[in-house]
Amino acid sequence: MAGGTASLYARGRQTGRAATRDPKWAQVLIIGLGLTFFALFLLAPLALVFTEALRKGWSAYFGALVDRDAQSAIRLTLLAAAIAVPVNLVFGIAASWLIAKHRFRGRTLLTTLIDLPFSVSPVIAGLVYVLVFSSQGWFGPWLQDNGMKVIFAVPGIVLATVFVTFPFIARELIPLMESQGTEEEEAAVVLGAGGLTTFLRVTLPNVKWGLLYGVILCNARAMGEFGAVSVVSGHIRGLTNTMPLHVEILYNEYQFSAAFAVASLLALLALLTLLIKTVVEWRVARAQREGA
Amino acid sequence: MTDLALKRQSAGPQGWRGPLVWGGLALGGAAVYFGSQDSLLPSGALTSVYALFALLGLGLVNARSRVLPGFRLSLAVTILMLFLIILIPLSAVFINTAQLSWAQIWSAVSAPRAVASYKLSFTASLLAAAVNVVFGLILAWAITRYRFPGRKLVDALIDLPFALPTAVAGIALTALYAKNGWFGSFLEGQLGIKVAFSQLGVLVALVFIGLPFVVRTVQPVLEDLDAEFEEAAASLGANRWQTVWRVVLPALYPALLTGFAMAFARALGEYGSVIFIAGNIPLVSEITPLIIITKLEQYDYAGATAIAAVMLIVSFALLLAINALQVWSSRRTERS
Repeated sequence: MAGGTASLYARGRQTGRAATRDPKWAQVLIIGLGLTFFALFLLAPLALVFTEALRKGWSAYFGALVDRDAQSAIRLTLLAAAIAVPVNLVFGIAASWLIAKHRFRGRTLLTTLIDLPFSVSPVIAGLVYVLVFSSQGWFGPWLQDNGMKVIFAVPGIVLATVFVTFPFIARELIPLMESQGTEEEEAAVVLGAGGLTTFLRVTLPNVKWGLLYGVILCNARAMGEFGAVSVVSGHIRGLTNTMPLHVEILYNEYQFSAAFAVASLLALLALLTLLIKTVVEWRVARAQREGA
Repeated sequence: MTDLALKRQSAGPQGWRGPLVWGGLALGGAAVYFGSQDSLLPSGALTSVYALFALLGLGLVNARSRVLPGFRLSLAVTILMLFLIILIPLSAVFINTAQLSWAQIWSAVSAPRAVASYKLSFTASLLAAAVNVVFGLILAWAITRYRFPGRKLVDALIDLPFALPTAVAGIALTALYAKNGWFGSFLEGQLGIKVAFSQLGVLVALVFIGLPFVVRTVQPVLEDLDAEFEEAAASLGANRWQTVWRVVLPALYPALLTGFAMAFARALGEYGSVIFIAGNIPLVSEITPLIIITKLEQYDYAGATAIAAVMLIVSFALLLAINALQVWSSRRTERS
């Protein structure tokens, strides 16, 4: 995720000198190796998803998508993302405002802690909520007495999704806000603007594209999360199955075309995410060129 | 305040770190100790909550008069959510492990299936990260230095493994490398190399997952590398090979190492893309996260927790290493 926007700068400065330029054969070799690897490892799996999804024709494809269990999996996935993304949006805005616009003790430590979910296995992300909320967990007896269920139910799925996608929006916003400094905000405050007005009218317009990409990426990861959700879901068909879990069940039942049909929806979501990322990078680069 | 001044201020004397780290360790230790003492109340959780408020208080006391508003509010929201959603649940792994006896922990952690899984997870992740370093560098080099048709498309699709759900990647890779798949029919049918449902399959899935890390850490460094250095090397009489080997690559080492560590860390914890293609044969192709899942499905929560604690300790060590690498790498760039 590092430095996507940077790829738009500092291009086109090749000089004619022999020692600053790779020989033709080396260029061909490097491009050839790179593209071969790219085609084998990235393009082929992507192409296979759509080929397999449509192997039995369009009617089978749509049949797999309107299936009752598939529909309920899609609904649950949308619900989980609809809760997880706003929660992470609140956290992302608070954390980036705190870390990018203020200097205080423990700032580096806090930044590291925000990154923590990246280095935790999704399986452990699910496990921790089992330890806290399952019937044998810390709050299990209390939850049971009050007739509430978290594990093997929707709240657990939402919690696991929030855990796994926790750093995404903050990670996207912090470098962007930091690069813009605090001068504009300070000017707004000195001129009498309140905190909310300063944020909405000064900071937000500057980071809106990065924020949009953060939300989109967070959403893609929320809808696609598998390991963590798999631990807390209990795989109850029609009740606690999300789209990735539904893909797994269909695949394990050898309903390959149906599995790839549902998978193709998730793959389309991934492609859409990358498309928006590219547009956002282009926008940011243009804004910086105009500003410079 | 200019960016430069901000940077200088944040890089100032950092004597506060010691007390903070020791305080955190003491609180964590207290949480584990109290958690192991009492089974009636979830006192581990209580201690964690105390720790939360202690930190929150520390932060609020720390708040001096500032020009920009919202410091206290954003600090409170950030720390509260961080503790409630991430840190307190994560501490459950260590608190619950502390409640087990040493014999229980040892028997779970050193069971043959678990040990075989560490070996596989560790070796496959290491190899996958190494493959990613080689091809990640090649791809980053091609994208930043050359012009060729489809370059922008390649650049955009490099992030596919970040955006594509792991389960989708898992079934797609399995279908590709299965005996009747596009690649499998050649590899297995013609060459006799079995990829799907073997250890090699684990490696393939981990290479897929880790690729963007190396490309995306190397790419910006390669772009920011001033052409002047290469020109200087050239005018001093170096040929292209010497220039690349002695001037360009050393500048990339920190980024390559960071990318390697990130890909390795991600690969160790990966689950979704691996379990489909691995075949999950006990003692042969089971990865460590799968062992945790298996234990959970057998309601062996103690065993699952003990293995999770081992994994978490390794991941935290890696996280620290990655942070140190990034500090090193940014210092090197600043100096140049």
